[in-house]
Amino acid sequence: MTLLRDVVTAVLFLTGACFCLLGAVGLLRFRDTVSRLHAASKAQTLGLLLILVGAAVNRPLRDAPVLLLVALFQLFNAPITSQIVGRTAYRTHAVDRRRLFSDELADRLARDGTPLREQGGLTPDKEEGKNPDDEDR
Amino acid sequence: MTHLYSVTLGVLVVAGLLTLVRLVHGPRALDRIMALDVIVTMVIAGTAVGMTLRDDSTALPVLVVLALLAFIGSVTAAHLVEKRKGMR
Repeated sequence: MTLLRDVVTAVLFLTGACFCLLGAVGLLRFRDTVSRLHAASKAQTLGLLLILVGAAVNRPLRDAPVLLLVALFQLFNAPITSQIVGRTAYRTHAVDRRRLFSDELADRLARDGTPLREQGGLTPDKEEGKNPDDEDR
Repeated sequence: MTHLYSVTLGVLVVAGLLTLVRLVHGPRALDRIMALDVIVTMVIAGTAVGMTLRDDSTALPVLVVLALLAFIGSVTAAHLVEKRKGMR
């Protein structure tokens, strides 16, 4: 029984670590901030979740709720961070728009009457509206 | 089985080092934020593996603190970048 538990843990750990490694390689090799975001979220969710499940299998039962809590935090964390970073990348012109297959935010901003080229996809935000767009470039 | 756990730790260390290259290299602040977030994730994973390896639950609160810290840190930093547009 202990052996079975250990084998399950080892398999989960190694799979999770491999996902982390793949995420790191993707983070290093992809050429675009948004593509890197895609690689990073694999390591962040799947890799960590597998390792946490592996630890929960091996540790006493009273550790499981805390590990579950960490997993929940991570499940909130990864999409929210990705969304904010992706939006910021879009607005700071870090996204190469010619490589996008569909650019829904541009359509939406065009419909709202925000010209993309001049404004860089800004929403009508007073504080940001004051700054000239190409301040530090 | 402990050997396999140690191998897992080794793989995580390699992944963390690769992410560190991205953290140093940039080129944008957003890439660094992302890399830092991933590194914290790997530290959480490594702590969980280490807990299993040493058969010791002392580090359990550390996991929770790190998970919260990663969230608050990266969200705040990303907002900062959004406010100071063009920050590299």
